[in-house]
Amino acid sequence: MPAFLDDFLFTYESLVHSLGVNGLLALSMYVVLAMGQLSLGQAAFMGIGAYTSALLTLNVGAPFPLVLVAVMITPALGALIIGAPTLRLSGVYLALATIGVGEMLRLLYINTPLFGGALGLSGIPRLAGIIWIYGCLAVGLIVFVFVARSRVGRAMEAMREDELAAGAIGVNLPRYKLGGLVVSAAIAGLAGALDAHVSSFISPAAYGFDAAVTILSFALLGGIGSPFGPVLGAIILTLLPEALRPLQDFRLVVNGLIIVLAVLFMPRGLLAWRMGRLAARPGGASR
Amino acid sequence: MSAPMLSIAALSVRFGGLVAVDDVTFDVAAGSTHGLIGPNGAGKTTMFNLISGLTPPTSGAIRLADREINDLPSWKRAALGLSRTFQNIRVFPEMTLAENVATGLHPSLVQGFPAILTRLGGFAASERRARDIAMEQLEFVGLAAKARQRAGDLPYGDQRRLEIARALANQPRLLMLDEPAAGMNPSEKLELLGLLERLKGRGLTMLVVEHDMKFVMRLCDRISVINFGRKIAEGAPAEVRANADVIEAYLGAKVARGLEKGA
Repeated sequence: MPAFLDDFLFTYESLVHSLGVNGLLALSMYVVLAMGQLSLGQAAFMGIGAYTSALLTLNVGAPFPLVLVAVMITPALGALIIGAPTLRLSGVYLALATIGVGEMLRLLYINTPLFGGALGLSGIPRLAGIIWIYGCLAVGLIVFVFVARSRVGRAMEAMREDELAAGAIGVNLPRYKLGGLVVSAAIAGLAGALDAHVSSFISPAAYGFDAAVTILSFALLGGIGSPFGPVLGAIILTLLPEALRPLQDFRLVVNGLIIVLAVLFMPRGLLAWRMGRLAARPGGASR
Repeated sequence: MSAPMLSIAALSVRFGGLVAVDDVTFDVAAGSTHGLIGPNGAGKTTMFNLISGLTPPTSGAIRLADREINDLPSWKRAALGLSRTFQNIRVFPEMTLAENVATGLHPSLVQGFPAILTRLGGFAASERRARDIAMEQLEFVGLAAKARQRAGDLPYGDQRRLEIARALANQPRLLMLDEPAAGMNPSEKLELLGLLERLKGRGLTMLVVEHDMKFVMRLCDRISVINFGRKIAEGAPAEVRANADVIEAYLGAKVARGLEKGA
């Protein structure tokens, strides 16, 4: 590795990690928003993943790849449990239900010795790294691009644009909603586990309501016309506080102002480009 | 007469104290075009919502061909071949026209996740099929040239035709049209009439709600008239037009009596 790159990574390692982890979280938000649902449970799912991975590594000594599978399954099961009864709810009701679950979990972590209480868990070995994080992000992006240009992607967008009409043309709404929530929970859980295994320390405070709103703003700022939008939003919102460091105390004020202005003047997000949903071009050859 | 494609038996729905549809019974014969008319607020759109599964009935039965569909959600009814358009157009505005129609193919397009993620196992062929069917339907309704435009940018009449193309994509057994000619000018209406007559020629069963009487009378084989949620008449267009109850429902008792005296 060239020396300058080495220096750069040494200085900015945690920022580089956060960019990738937040990119994954933005993707997990995208799945839900792309079908017109609103979940504020992404931080909670991330927390489930983080705690599952930390406990498995610290207490059981499970191999890391196995841990990564487990951290996708546990939040996915959580999403199934939350999703099944709230499935008939949409929009703001699902959001409220997921907020409730997040708070419940946060209090559970704080009050349970197994989870380390308010101090959280520390000494988690640094098993993840840039390759794991960006590998997962790349796979996630490729999967979503493929899914977008398929029957499933069309059904998801149809739901977002007009749920009633989507149902009337045969889209199995309950199945798609539950499926979306489960997939988004699995990705958030993965992000949480990777984060825990690069920062070596987790605490309940990181998975509260603030985090849920931040994850939502990644997607809203970036735009949900394609899976790239939310990732772009995550990158900007992660870098912005760093770029604004010279402003010192006014940093967060300007940070907030930029977000408000972006949402006001670019309601479709910074990346307004909408990805096509047909894998075969209309008007193209072959008939 | 062959077995009915759609059979409505003693169907009622109440919203609180209001009986929006009251004990309505009628059949739509396979291959026929059936009109559903009545004054504003008679319960026509509610009837459509009951049949397509957006509103659960309070009592009664709905059968599609040989199957009772009362308890099925709307997406299952669509998969069984029941297709509809909406009075207040509901195309997917951000999608292109081709994508709109391809989405209409949803129930019959087979694409498993392994195929979607690997692009193997006939995936390309099935996407080509989706595109070809979309183009075919767009051609049929005369919108093929605009296939790659955003649906929300289309003028009103085009959006109506796009909605019909989307509803046709899955080769429905019953096509339900809720005021297809609403807001169209006379030449657009004539064009639409031609389109629907071609569908009729293919043997498609249709149920049509429409306010334009000339349009309904020309298109339909049989017409049911409802007023205040009740069916007040049914028959061939000529019979319905001459029915005293129907004239009264549309024009009011006073005018109807005046007409009778005059005749």
